Amino acid sequence: MQWPPPWRRSPLVSATPPPGPTTGLLCPRRVSEAGDSSTEGARTGHSHYVTPAESAMERRSQPFPSLRPASPTNAPAHGRGSDCTAKEPPLANVCRQNYGAAQDPVEPAGRRSASHVTGSSLGKAEVACGRRWRWAELVANSSWSPAGRATEMKVKMLSRNPDNYVRETKLDLQRVPRNYDPALHPFEVPREYVRALNATKLERVFAKPFLASLDGHRDGVNCLAKHPENLATVLSGACDGEVRIWNLTQRNCIRTIQAHEGFVRGICTRFCGTSFFTVGDDKTVKQWKMDGPGCGDEEEPLHTILGKTVYTGIDHHWKEAVFATCGQQVDIWDEQRTNPICSMTWGFDSISSVKFNPIETFLLGSCASDRNIVLYDMRQATPLKKVILDMRTNTICWNPMEAFIFTAANEDYNLYTFDMRALDTPVMVHMDHVSAVLDVDYSPTGKEFVSASFDKSIRIFPVDKSRSREVYHTKRMQHVICVKWTSDSKYIMCGSDEMNIRLWKANASEKLGVLTSREKAAKDYNQKLKEKFQHYPHIKRIARHRHLPKSIYSQIQEQRIMKEARRRKEVNRIKHSKPGSVPIVSEKKKHVVAVVK
Amino acid sequence: MNVNQVAENLALSHQEELVDLPKNYPLSENEDEGDRDGERKHQKLLEAISSLDGKNRRKLAERSEASLKVSEFSVSSEGSGEKLVLADLLEPVKTSSSLATIKKQLNRVKSKKVVELPLNKEKIEQIHREVAFSKTSQVLSKWDPIILKNQQAEQLVFPLGKEQPAIAPIEHALSGWKARTPLEQEIFNLLHKNKQPVTDPLLTPMEKASLQAMSLEEAKMHRAELQRARALQSYYEAKARKEKKIKSKKYHRVVKKGKAKKALKEFEQLQKVNPTVALEEMEKIENARMMERMSLKHQNSGKWAKSKAIMAKYDLEARQAMQEQLAQNKELTQKLQVASESEEEEGGTEVEELLVPHVVNEVQMNVDGPNPWMFRSCTSDTKEAATQEDPEQLPELAAHEVSASGAEERPVAEEEILLREFEERQSLRKRSELNQDAEPASSQETKDSSSQEVLSELRALSQKLKEKHQSRKQKASSEGTVPQVQREEPAPEEAEPLLLQRSERVQTLEELEELGKEDCFQNKELPRPVLEGQQSERTPNNRPDAPKEKKEKEQLINLQNFLTTQSPSMRSLAVPTIIEELEDEEERDQRQMIKEAFAGDDVIRDFLKEKREAVEASKPKDVDLTLPGWGEWGGVGLKPSAKKRRQFLIKAPEGPPRKDKNLPNVIISEKRNIHAAAHQVQVLPYPFTHHRQFERTIQTPIGSTWNTQRAFQKLTTPKVVTKPGHIIKPIKAEDVGYQSSSRSDLPVIQRNPKRITTRHNKEEKLAGCSVSRL
Repeated sequence: MQWPPPWRRSPLVSATPPPGPTTGLLCPRRVSEAGDSSTEGARTGHSHYVTPAESAMERRSQPFPSLRPASPTNAPAHGRGSDCTAKEPPLANVCRQNYGAAQDPVEPAGRRSASHVTGSSLGKAEVACGRRWRWAELVANSSWSPAGRATEMKVKMLSRNPDNYVRETKLDLQRVPRNYDPALHPFEVPREYVRALNATKLERVFAKPFLASLDGHRDGVNCLAKHPENLATVLSGACDGEVRIWNLTQRNCIRTIQAHEGFVRGICTRFCGTSFFTVGDDKTVKQWKMDGPGCGDEEEPLHTILGKTVYTGIDHHWKEAVFATCGQQVDIWDEQRTNPICSMTWGFDSISSVKFNPIETFLLGSCASDRNIVLYDMRQATPLKKVILDMRTNTICWNPMEAFIFTAANEDYNLYTFDMRALDTPVMVHMDHVSAVLDVDYSPTGKEFVSASFDKSIRIFPVDKSRSREVYHTKRMQHVICVKWTSDSKYIMCGSDEMNIRLWKANASEKLGVLTSREKAAKDYNQKLKEKFQHYPHIKRIARHRHLPKSIYSQIQEQRIMKEARRRKEVNRIKHSKPGSVPIVSEKKKHVVAVVK
Repeated sequence: MNVNQVAENLALSHQEELVDLPKNYPLSENEDEGDRDGERKHQKLLEAISSLDGKNRRKLAERSEASLKVSEFSVSSEGSGEKLVLADLLEPVKTSSSLATIKKQLNRVKSKKVVELPLNKEKIEQIHREVAFSKTSQVLSKWDPIILKNQQAEQLVFPLGKEQPAIAPIEHALSGWKARTPLEQEIFNLLHKNKQPVTDPLLTPMEKASLQAMSLEEAKMHRAELQRARALQSYYEAKARKEKKIKSKKYHRVVKKGKAKKALKEFEQLQKVNPTVALEEMEKIENARMMERMSLKHQNSGKWAKSKAIMAKYDLEARQAMQEQLAQNKELTQKLQVASESEEEEGGTEVEELLVPHVVNEVQMNVDGPNPWMFRSCTSDTKEAATQEDPEQLPELAAHEVSASGAEERPVAEEEILLREFEERQSLRKRSELNQDAEPASSQETKDSSSQEVLSELRALSQKLKEKHQSRKQKASSEGTVPQVQREEPAPEEAEPLLLQRSERVQTLEELEELGKEDCFQNKELPRPVLEGQQSERTPNNRPDAPKEKKEKEQLINLQNFLTTQSPSMRSLAVPTIIEELEDEEERDQRQMIKEAFAGDDVIRDFLKEKREAVEASKPKDVDLTLPGWGEWGGVGLKPSAKKRRQFLIKAPEGPPRKDKNLPNVIISEKRNIHAAAHQVQVLPYPFTHHRQFERTIQTPIGSTWNTQRAFQKLTTPKVVTKPGHIIKPIKAEDVGYQSSSRSDLPVIQRNPKRITTRHNKEEKLAGCSVSRL
C-alpha cells in the first residue's frame, strides 16, 4: 500500500511536468463546468474523476476484481447509468473533499498545481492519467507563450451548486461525500474481520432471551395453544384440569376455566379464533367460547362430547369445522355432531398426539406409544403409511411452509425431520437434547423449530442443521412439557412442570421494538458479517459459546463419551470382521426400524 | 255307459300309454256334446283303469293341464279353475323363446370357474393404503418447485401473501352511489354531460387526445430535422445536376470506375463488419450479374463485335479489343467467391462457352490474353492434341471421351470447373509447366498418374467442391445407366491417391519398425535391397512428372531410403558386433530421444533456483527511507548522495537461520505464522468446494466503507424478513398460484348426506341428553 498515493506525491516532488502514466498528476480534463446544469455537472464530474480511481485500480493489484459486486470502479458508473444520481453523492463533489486542493480547478491550490505543470493549462489541460500524446498536443498548442496564454486564459468563477449537497426532501439520504477508492480504504478483510468479531461478541453480550414468566397455574402446564387471529392471546391447559387464557402484552391471565377433571390433555383453537376445544382425562371433548361469559353467567362449554375412552390429544382443521382427537384411535369430528365422522386406527396402542397438516389440510399425522408415526388421509378416511422408530415419538409438527415435511420429537433425545413421501430415511436427525424431547413447534417461517425437552431446556434448531443454534434454560424451569412459537415468529412460549409459562425471544440478542433505519442497517450488516466470518475459529468459538446448567453439561459430556465408545466399538467390529459382513449404517437410517405400508 | 265307449276309452288309454300323449286327449265332438255325466263317468273309469297298473298311472292322473281342454270351437277354463282373460291368450306370443335365454344363462354359469375367495381384510386395507399414499404423495409433489424456490430465494419476506389494502376503487364506489340531494344530482348531471368517464382510465377524451399529441419540444425537434433533411436534399440535387451537365466521357468513366471500386471496398468492409448486410449486398451484385448474363451487351454479338470479328484474324488490336470485351463480360458475370458454386453456374459457363465465337478461340491459342477462361479451353485443346499424338492411348481414351461427351457433358463440365478453380489459384507459369509435364508422358500410366495428381491437387484445393461432385454424380447415376458406367471410372481415380499414399506410408512405417526391431534384423537383410531397388526405381519414375507438392510428399520416402542405405554399410562387418553396436545405438537413440523430449527442463537446477528464490523472498528486506531532494538541490536526474542513503537506510535484522539450511533437497516454507494461524480457517467450510471460492467470498467487502449505499443495502439484505406484529399464516396454494382444491377435506362418507341424516337425529338426542346430564 502506497501512501500518500502517487498522484498526490508527484506535484510536490518533481518540478517537471508529468512525463508518463506513473506520475498521474491530476489536472482537470474539463474546466468549464460552472455553466453546466446541475445534473450534467454531476455527470461530467463523474466522467472526469473516474480516472484517478481507475488509475489507482490499475496500479493496485486487485486479486479478484470480478467478484467485487460494487467495487469503486463500478461505483461511478452505477451512479451515472441509473437515475440514482440524485441520491448518491456525485463524485465530483466527493473528490473535491477527498483529494483536496490538488484536483479542483476552481480552488486556488488547483490553480497552483496547474501552473506548476503547464503554466496555462487551466484552459485546455488534459493530462489525466498521463498520456504522452496529450502532453505533446499541449506543447503543440503553443500555449506556452505568454500571449497565447493571455488569449486562452479563462477565469473560473467559484461555483457551489446546492444540487450537489442539498437533498431534495427530508426523506432522502443525506449526501455523505465518499470516495470509494480502495486505496483509501485498505485492509478491508482484517477490518471486516474485527467488525465481525465485535458483532459476535456483542451478540453474546446482548443475548438475553428471557422475557417474562406467566404464573398462575396451580399445576404443571400440560398444553399450550396460540390464538389464530390474535398475537397477544395464548391458551394453556394444566394438569389439574384448569384452562387459562393469557394476554401476552399485559402478561397476565385474563380468564380461568376449570375445564376438566384431571389433566387437560389437549387444547386447540378453532381456525377463526372464536372458540377453542379441550380434551381431558374425564373422557370429554369440550368446546368453549373464546370470549368470556357475561357478568354473572357461569363458565359453560358450548358443546360437550362424552366419549368412551380418554382422549389424549386434539387438533383442529385449518379451514373447516372439523377437528381430530386421538386416544385409542384417531377420530375426526364434525363440530356439529357428537359422533365422529370417521375413526381411523392402525394397531391397538394409544395414540399420544394428532396434528393436521397446515398446507394440505386433509393430511394428518399421529404418533402412538408403540413407537410409530402414522399418517392419515382424511378425505379417503384411511391411514397412509407408518414408520416405526427406535423409541416412542411424543409428538410431531408439520412444517407450515413445506407441505410434506414434519418433525417428530422422540424419546431417544433426538428429533427427526421426515419427508412424508420417503419415510425410510429422515431428512435430518436433530440431536442435542440430553433427555426425551416432549414437544416441538415450527416457526411460522418454516426455517426453524423449537423443541421442549425433559432435560429442562428448550432448543432452537434450524431445519437443515442437525445441531441446535440456541438453548434456553433458567434455573427454575423444570421439565418443559409444551412449547409454541408465536405466529409472528418473534417469540417462543414454553410451559413447564413448575406451573409457569415462559416467554422467550426467538432471537436471543434481538432488540425489541421499533428500529431506526440506521439500527436496522447496522443489524443487517452485523448479521451478514457474522455469517461471512462464521467459520473463523475465534468467531465460531464465541458464537457457539453457551452457558449450560451443570446437569445438562455433565449429561452432554457423558453422552459424548458413550457415543464415542459406541462408535469405536462399531469401527472395531467392522475392522475385525470379514469385509462387508458388518453393514455400515448411516446415522440417519440407524433410528428407523421399519416402514409399514 | 256303453261298452263301446269303454272299449274306445280303453283303446285310447292304451294308445296314450304307448305314445305318451297328454292325458285328456280331446274326444270326438258328439261325445263331448252328449252329456256331462257321461264324461264324468268316463273320467272315473279312466281313473279306475289307471289305478289298475302301478305307479305310472298315478302320475298321469295328477297331470291336469289346460291344454287338454282346448278345443277348436270353444274355450273352456275348467282345468285351471280360473277365469280366462283375454290377456292370457295374447301372452304366449311374446314369451315363446324365453327358455333360450335361460339356457344361455345356465351355460354361462356352467362355463365359469370357481369364484376366488375374497382377499382378507388386512390385505385389502393395505392395498387401500398404498393407493391412497401414492395418490397423496403425488398431490404433495406439486409443492416441490415452490419449496425449492423458497430455499434458494435471496430473500423471503413474511407474511408471504401480499395483503391488499381493502380500498375499493373509485369506480365501484361511484357505481353504488345514488344521488339523493339536489346538489349531488347536479354534480352527477355535470359529470355525465361532460362525458366524465367512470371506469378505469379516468381520462376524458380530450385529455386522451392531449396526451397522445406531441409535446412542444418534440415537435420542434421534429421540425428541425425535417428542415435539415430538406436542405440536404436540395444541396445534393444541385450537385447531381451539375455533375450531370459535364460532358466529358472520360470523366464519367472515371467516376464510374471510382464508384465501382468504392462499392467493392465498402462491400469488403461490410463483409467483415456486418455479414447480414453484406449478404444483402451480395444479392444485389448477384442480380446485376444475372442482368449481365441475360443481356448480350458484352458477348461479342453486337454490330461492333461482328465487325471486329471479321478483322480479328488479321488485326491484333481488334482481337485484343474483342478479348477485352469478353473479359469484361467474364468479369461481370463472374460469381463472387463467397457464394458456393452451383450447377447453375456450370450451365452458365457452358452457355458462355457456346456464345463465344469459335473463331476467336482458335485464334486466341497463342496469345496470353487476360481471360483465363479462354486460356483454359486452349490448354485442354493442347492436352487433347497431346493425347491424340499417342497411338497406344488412343482407343481407350477415345472411348473415355466418347462416353464422357457423348452421354452427357457433365463430367466435362466438372473437369472444367475443377480446372478453372485450379487456374484461378495457380499462376500461368505453373500451368504451362504442367502442360509441359503432360506432353512428354509416353505411357498410359504416367498419363493417368498425372491426371490423378492434377485431380488430387485440385481436390486439395477445393475440398468443399468435392462433396458437390459426389452429389452431382449421384444425380447423374440416377439419370441413366451410361453415366453410371462412366462414373465408375473416375470414382476409383479419386479414391486412389489417398489409398496410394496410405500404402506408401505403411511401407515406410514398416521399415521404421524393422529398424526398431533387433530380432528380425538379419532376416530383413535380404529383402531390403530389393525394396530399395523398387523404391529407387519408383522414385525416378515418379519424379519427373510429379508436380512440386508430390515431390515434397515423397521427400519423406527418400529420407527413409537414405536411412536404410546407411545400414548396409555397417552390416559389412561381423554380424554380432554389429548387433551390439546397433543395440548401443538403440540405447543411445533412446537416451537422445528422452533428452530431446525433456530438453530444457533441468529439474535439479530448477529446484535449486526455486530454493534460492524462496530463501531470498523469506529474507527480511531493508527499508530505504531516503527522500530524494530533501535537504539538497532539486532538479532532474539528481540522486540523493550516498551518505544520505546510508544514513536513511534501515538495515533489516537477520532472521533466524532457515530450517532447510543444511538440507539441500528440501524447501521448508517458513511462511506459516503461528499467531495468525489461530485466526485462520483450517478446514474448507461445507458449501465451498475450493479454497479459492472461500477466499473470494472473504475478500469481498460488504461494508459501506467499501461499497456504495445501494450496493451495501443489496449485500446486507437479510435472508428472512418478518414484520413485527404480523401473523404469518401457513403457505397456501393460492399464495403460490396453485388452485386450491375446491373439494372439501371432509371424508367421503361424510359427504354422502343420506347416511348421515338418520344417524344425525340419534346423535342429536344423545348430545342433548349428555348436555342435560351435565
